[in-house]
Amino acid sequence: MISHHLPVLIVLVPLFGALLSALTSRGSVSWGIALIAMVTTLAATIGLLSEVLHDGVISYEIGGWAPPIGIEYRVDLANALVILIVSTIAAVIMPYARVSVAKEIVEDQQAWFYTMYQLCVAGLIGIAVTGDAFNAFVFLEVSSLATYTMIALGQSRRSLLSAYQYLIMGTIGATFYIIGVGLLLTITGTLNFVDLAARIAVTPYDRAMLTALAFITVGIGLKLALFPLHVWLPNAYAKAPSTGTALLASTATKVAVYLLIRMYFSVFGIDNIIGDFPVLELLLVLSIAAMFFASFVAVFERNVKRLLAYSSVAQVGYMILGLSMATSTALTGTLVHLANHALMKGAAFLAIGAVAYQLGSVSLEKMKGIGRVMPVTMGCFVVAGLSLIGVPGTVGFISKYYLVVAAFEKGWWWLAFMIVASSLIAVFYVGRVVEVAWFSEPDKKTSELKEAPLSLLLPTVVLAAACVFFGVDASLTAGLAEAAAKALFGGSL
Amino acid sequence: MKLDVVLRVVTKLMLPFMLVFAVYVQFHGDYGPGGGFQAGVIAAAALILYALMFGLTSAMRVVPTWLVEKMIPVGVMIYGGTGVVSMFLHENFLNYDALDHHHTVHAQEWGVFLVEVGVFVTVSSTMIAIFYAFGGRGR
Amino acid sequence: MEVLQPILAHFNHWITIFLMVAGLYVVVARGNMIKKLIGLSLFQTSVYLLYISPGKILGGTAPIIGDNIEVYSNPLPHVLILTAIVVGVATLALGLGLVVRINEVYGTIEEDEIFTQEDDDE
Repeated sequence: MISHHLPVLIVLVPLFGALLSALTSRGSVSWGIALIAMVTTLAATIGLLSEVLHDGVISYEIGGWAPPIGIEYRVDLANALVILIVSTIAAVIMPYARVSVAKEIVEDQQAWFYTMYQLCVAGLIGIAVTGDAFNAFVFLEVSSLATYTMIALGQSRRSLLSAYQYLIMGTIGATFYIIGVGLLLTITGTLNFVDLAARIAVTPYDRAMLTALAFITVGIGLKLALFPLHVWLPNAYAKAPSTGTALLASTATKVAVYLLIRMYFSVFGIDNIIGDFPVLELLLVLSIAAMFFASFVAVFERNVKRLLAYSSVAQVGYMILGLSMATSTALTGTLVHLANHALMKGAAFLAIGAVAYQLGSVSLEKMKGIGRVMPVTMGCFVVAGLSLIGVPGTVGFISKYYLVVAAFEKGWWWLAFMIVASSLIAVFYVGRVVEVAWFSEPDKKTSELKEAPLSLLLPTVVLAAACVFFGVDASLTAGLAEAAAKALFGGSL
Repeated sequence: MKLDVVLRVVTKLMLPFMLVFAVYVQFHGDYGPGGGFQAGVIAAAALILYALMFGLTSAMRVVPTWLVEKMIPVGVMIYGGTGVVSMFLHENFLNYDALDHHHTVHAQEWGVFLVEVGVFVTVSSTMIAIFYAFGGRGR
Repeated sequence: MEVLQPILAHFNHWITIFLMVAGLYVVVARGNMIKKLIGLSLFQTSVYLLYISPGKILGGTAPIIGDNIEVYSNPLPHVLILTAIVVGVATLALGLGLVVRINEVYGTIEEDEIFTQEDDDE
């Protein structure tokens, strides 16, 4: 009986967890509720994934109203993969959260932090699971509002400013998306993804449709920090509490990328988009610009959290690059990079969060020799860093392998060269941190520090180990991504 | 603080009518425009008017802050709980038919009623919470 | 008159576009954080109009079933926009809340002055 309700349970469990957390006023009780909710969500997601693998696409009618009139939750391989990423990361971070949050957030606000954490997860999973364009907007705003609050709970007064700036940018993005959806509603009279796709296929691809596409692309582009719409991201990531940063960096942009893929491949139909206006070429140029520009900025960044945030902008570039090439191999690269980037950025931000916990700072100058006193933490950072570069044997290599192969398949050897060249810039920014952390003498204050507590180490090590494991044996992630990409190209939803 | 007698009397006269009107809008939602959202805002407006006239402290004695903060999640829980109940009764989430399989129209009415109660609780308490949060600053 | 016909026929869209661009302009051009939020609200309001106005059918009545009525307006946009209004209210409340806190810690809500303070810190 319960297996029938899995698509809605993965949203309801974090939502009810958030409500219960809001009712408690003790941080530790709230943490316990959040832990149970996140683990349950992960279990439900795994159940859902096995169901999708076994039976194919699952459709769940909310309120018993049949689509396209009612809201439908629709799970296929692509969103099952994204939901798996979100719920895995959210569950793995939970043991980390307790110690880190207890240090960074005052006692009477901790319950609110966990409420927002779970609301954010509920919203992100909701975006991924829903089959309705307007419902996706509502979930987008649920997760965004929770995110703004989470950032504002950060330690410095700068957190408030970052949250405000993100609120302005995020709301503009969501409103652009909803304008696009409104135009689609006016043209086709429906909001259900499947129904939209069917009606768009028989509608002439005119200027109104192109306007809708443009609004949706820019709106989601703001949410996924597509260069040059990324300015909100570095501050938001740098100023949020460490736990929040790890969650946002590994999940929020990925879900937005998923929504863009869904819009492009399942709703508009990629053949329509290839038409006369060069949308994909534009995305290609922007993603290459992101890969180079953001990596370049990261090289000169002194705050390690901001450095990693700029690296995220560059990595989003790789994801959009795969989308804009619009071949099955390239899309596999994008989808597998969603999972891989979640793992490596999660590990990197958790490691830096552990450094912040012990050292009280994340500026590069103060991290001299930190690797010698916190070898496990910084070891995990090195693994994550190698993944960011794309060294063989790590997950980063898998994603870049698919992208390079896709470039060669198209005969774009220059693009393959650019992917490799931009990875070389990553060597510099990762190298700078590694050099300072391992090859300089620790000063007096640093040498008195100890390794981070076990609850901080464990999630970091798990994610770093996953970076290596899925880099060696990519059959789960890449296999899922490949099947999902094939299904998306088949035009089926 | 000395208050203008006209304002005070008029406020006291208006308050019961505002609250009754909130209840009217809440239940009239079944037949026409209305419902929990509007009713919640009207009820909150009544309390906010009271706070403006007689001060935040006396308003907080009537509806304390802790109560408001608990009511927000409770309202959402009433809404979500209605959906979960229908799941336990072998129907999809939020399918009100489950509440009474023999008279589905009746069941739908019950379902909407319960959901609207949840909306009323959350909206009214959210509005009051926002007012308290801003009004209580700098005191 | 014939030149004006296509313009007048879509007057609702012209209002929408005006509100949209005006709101966005205020967000971009103003340094005062409250004014930015007002611009943001205006921008969101334009979307309400974008949805609602095509939902009206000439000669149609409110979508409540009654005798002798055959043409109803489309109720879907209203429901959607009711949701969007709630989202907008939540965003505005959170934004204003943040501005209040910013005013408390920085002592100003002008972006330029806040950035000067931040530069001094570094």
